Order: sequence, then C-alpha cells, then structure tokens
Amino acid sequence: MKRTLVCLMVLGAFLALVAAPVSAETLELITWEGYAPKVLIDKFMQETGIEVKPTYSTNEEMIAKLRATRGAGFDLAQPSQDRISAVQAKYKIYQPIDYSQVNSDQIIASMLEAVKKNTVVDNESYGIPHVYGTSGLIVNRKFAPDAKDYTDLLNPEYKGRVSYRLKRPTLIGLAFAMGKDPFALYSDPKAYKTLMEDIGQKMIEGKPLVKLYYDNNDAILQALQSEEVHVAMAWDIGGWKMHAVNPDIDFIAPKSGALGWIDTFAIPAKAKNVAGAYKWINFMMRPENAAVFTNAEKYGTASKGALKFVDEAVKANFTRSFTDADIDNIKWYPTVPAGLEGMEGKILDKVKAAQ
Amino acid sequence: MTMKRRFHITLPLICFLTPVLLWLVLLIVLPHVDLLRMSLRAEDDYGNAIWSFSNYMAFFQEPIYWLTFVRTAVYSIMVTVMTFIVAMPVAFYITKVVAPRFQGFLMMLLLMPFWVSELVRVYGWMILLRESGVINHFLTRMGILNQPIEMLYNDVTMVMGLVYTSMLFMAVPLVSVLESLDDSLIEAACDLGANMGTIFFRIVIPHAMPGIVSGSIVVFMLTLGNYLTPNMIGGKNALWFTEQIYNQFIASFNWNQGSAFGFLLLVLSSLVIWAGLKLTRQKLSRVVQ
Repeated sequence: MKRTLVCLMVLGAFLALVAAPVSAETLELITWEGYAPKVLIDKFMQETGIEVKPTYSTNEEMIAKLRATRGAGFDLAQPSQDRISAVQAKYKIYQPIDYSQVNSDQIIASMLEAVKKNTVVDNESYGIPHVYGTSGLIVNRKFAPDAKDYTDLLNPEYKGRVSYRLKRPTLIGLAFAMGKDPFALYSDPKAYKTLMEDIGQKMIEGKPLVKLYYDNNDAILQALQSEEVHVAMAWDIGGWKMHAVNPDIDFIAPKSGALGWIDTFAIPAKAKNVAGAYKWINFMMRPENAAVFTNAEKYGTASKGALKFVDEAVKANFTRSFTDADIDNIKWYPTVPAGLEGMEGKILDKVKAAQ
Repeated sequence: MTMKRRFHITLPLICFLTPVLLWLVLLIVLPHVDLLRMSLRAEDDYGNAIWSFSNYMAFFQEPIYWLTFVRTAVYSIMVTVMTFIVAMPVAFYITKVVAPRFQGFLMMLLLMPFWVSELVRVYGWMILLRESGVINHFLTRMGILNQPIEMLYNDVTMVMGLVYTSMLFMAVPLVSVLESLDDSLIEAACDLGANMGTIFFRIVIPHAMPGIVSGSIVVFMLTLGNYLTPNMIGGKNALWFTEQIYNQFIASFNWNQGSAFGFLLLVLSSLVIWAGLKLTRQKLSRVVQ
C-alpha cells in the first residue's frame, strides 16, 4: 500500500515536471537590441500570462536564421520594411499579416499604408510598422565644427578620426552626397553597379582616414565617447545618447539627407504562437507602452498618440537635429530588389581587403 | 600456422559503436554533404537553380577572394611558428628547470587566462592597447610619448592577439612530451661536451617532435578558423577568410558561395597539415596519440 503511494507520488511529480513547461505560454521574438525592454516584457506577462523570450539580432542575421529553418523557431520577427518583400518572394519565410487582428487605430495611418504597400508579395502584405529612425552623421563639434555631409567621411581634414560601418547604408549615403540618387537606380542594376564601384573606389582611397570600421553600436559609441573618433556615420539615437554625456557630440542630419528606415513586425511562416504575436504587437503599439519604449531607447515610434507621453528631452533631440527642411529631405529606403546585396557585399569586401 | 582474427559484429560492439557513428554521421558527415551539394548549386541568368562549378570558379577569378585566402594561410603559419617559439622555453622551464613542487602551480598560471572566454580576453587587450587605453596613458604620463598612438587595428597587434589566444594549445602538448624526456640524456650530453645548441637541436627537439607537431596542428587549425580576434583587433585592414564566409552567408545571402568557401578552407587546412607532416617526416597516427 505504502509502496503504491510512493510510486504514485513519484509519477505525479514526474508528470508535473513534464507538464510545467507546456502550460506556460511563450513568445519567441527575434528583434533588435533594445526593442523589447524588460519593463514591457514584465507588464505583458502580467496582462496575458505570455512569456516573451527575445533574441537580439540584425536584419541580415534575422533573414539568415529564418531562412535556415524555413521560417520556424520564432513567433515574431522585426526586419526593416525594405528587406521584406524581396526576401519573402525568394525564400517564403513569413506569413501574410491578418490586418483585422491588428488594432490599426493605434498606428499612424500614413506609415501603416506605406509599409503595407512596400511589403506586398502576390497581393498580400507582410509588415506592420513599429519604430523608425534615421542614419546620418555623429559629429564632435569641438574637433570637427564644419562637418555636415557624408563626404566629410572622405575629408582628409579628419584623418584618422573617421568611422563608419562597411554596410550598405554607407554606400547609399555617399552616393547621395555625390549628387546621385541610388534609389532611382534600383531598377537599373547595371548603372547601380557602376555607381557603387565608383563609390567603393572612393572609399578605398579614403581608407587611410578611417580609424576603424565598426560592427556594433557599442564600439562606435565607445570610440566617440573617448574622443578617438570625431566624425562617424551612425544611427541618430547613438548621437543623442552621446549628447547627454558630452554636449559637444551630437547627431546631425547630413546636407544630402538622412537615411530613413522603418522597422516592422513580421510573422515567420511557421510561427507556433501566432495569436500571441498579434497580442504583443497590439500591446507594443498601445500609446503608453510605445512611449515607455521611446523614452528608454529614443527611437521614433509608429504608435499614434504616443507623443503626449514622451519626455521633453526626447522631443528636444529631434528638434535639435532636424529642421523642417531636413525632415522633408529624409531619404526613406525603398524596397531592396533581389541580388543587390551580393554585388554590394563584394564591393565592401574589396574595401576591407585593400591596403 | 597463423590464426586469422575475424571481425565479428556482436551486440556489445554495436552498443559501443552506435553513439560514435551517430555523432559522426549526423553531426559531421551529413552537414558536410549538404554543404557540398549547396556549394555546387548556382543560379543561372533567369534565377533558376542549376548545378555548376561557378562558385569555385568565382574564387579563382576574383583576386580579392584568393588573396584573402593566401593571407589567412600565411598568417596562420606565422602564428603557429611564433606560438612555438614562445611556448617552447615556457614548457622547458616548467618541466626541466623549476623545482617539481612549483610545476603544478606554474601550469595553473598558464591555464588561468583560459578560464575566461575569448571574447573577454580580446576586450581586455583592446582596453590596454586602444588610443585612450591604459598603456598609452602611462607612456604619455611618463613623458615617453608626446601624444597617444593607436596600437590597435594593425597586423602586428592581430598576430600578437592570435599567439596569445593559442599559447595554451601549444604549451600543454609540449609539457607532456618534455616530461617523458629523461634528464640523464641531457646530463650525458653535457658530460660529453655538447654545447646548449647541440643539446637543444639533437636531443630536445627530436624527442619533442610529436608534441610539437600535434601542438602545431591544433594551433594552426584554431588560428585559421578564428573569427573573433582578427575581426576585433585586426580592424580595418585585416580581412580573414572566415569573415568572408560569414559575409557570404549573412550579408550577401549567398549560401552557395559561402559553402564553396567553407569547403576550400577545409581543403586548405588539410593540405597544409599534410605538407607539414611530410616535411617533418611525422606520421599522423603517431602524432595524435
């Protein structure tokens, strides 16, 4: 009798152990660093009982990871809007968004429409806007008072004090600064290639001026903070974070236009917890939650009405770096056609290998 | 009369062999077969996948690819040689010179840095060497330098970082092989009037050869496949071949090209090791013991 009881207890304990992980609902999120603040994850857990598990990544890695599993392993991803449709057409890693499940009253209408239009594949759309921002120049005014455009990245005056990423935004920014419109050439791969090779050549010539090619945001912020780098091409929020530490440093919108990006929510093809994904999207776009995120990370949000909850200091960042003309001049990334990345990658490899 | 021992497949044999075979087939053979298949696929002008050697052709036609490849190989060999030059005196000191009760302590000191991850160690070097770093700070304070100089992001620092990273993997096989060297051989040589050079090259090196070769193989492989150190310390000029594989997979979405590069790296490392074994007249079976 006693033995049976012990057996039962052991069995019960075993079952409890096995069943426990199943009962707690989770949401596997692949996103950018800082896009899932702890406060909001905790609040979401309290509201819905769903545990969000974020994995931090970049556009390229998100695509590579989802491609490797054909869209499995994650319930929600956050690629930039220009990197969705070509990837989706080729690798089929996302599923169409059911916009009836999205509380679209919470989202700035023009932005939602733009993202819908830019992420269309076979009459279905694949993205919902989340945050936006720009890349431009971060300048230390004490050492480089006159830097105002991407061409200053190639300016011998700042020898050894320049830094940028060897990624496509740098090529695009330099192209605009040289008076070209690379986005208009997206449809003409040949002309685009000639333009990019030309820019690659300029970057090779400008290589002695470069302090380092950085890979992650921390590396460049550290170099800026220690005043080893005076002119850098980087994201706006980096400049604003630095400005709070050292008022000499600030983000400026380059004369030829800051490059504007919108990061989205997209649902992977084999997501397990689709309902949870929509819950998280609606939760994140709620104005007071979006404002918590913007106050912490300084990014602009696509949430309508979040602005009234945003700190004055964060608003001041924006007005300090952008005049009305600068805002009109922002170059928003159009959808990247397939095949461009390979060509650009080769040019950037050449720059990196050049002596 | 000779008895021929037959190889019977018995139950215990299957039991013991299964995990090994599963490991080999599932985790090593299968992924490589898939990689090989992928490296032989390419897209034609209409975007259809076809079988082709174009990924391998691209490697030979594009100077940047094979130049990086050659650079990576040459630097890896250099790092291996330098690691040996640094690790040999250390190993000799630990096994032959110092009192036996300190040996364990010294081995411990050698192991200690490897308790933290490679990433942390590389960051440590970066904090020391950067323009606003510790060493520059002291040098300018003491008036040796007028203004700080950048010590990071060049090949010399990168090689130093790589040597540091792979020190242990050379020192450990050298220590174990030198421990088996009988001290009386060295004493006898001294009695017979041999000088230090002769002792070193005629007695110590030949005895230590299996250890040297196995250490070299490990260090060479680790350096060739290293991604972190060249990328972080090497900075703007140091394109390592592993980085190019990463770029093909991640930045360019060209997995076929990336697989081809991966295979070329595999062939290269095998070739260099084969050549090294031939040159030193060692047998792989003896070295891996």
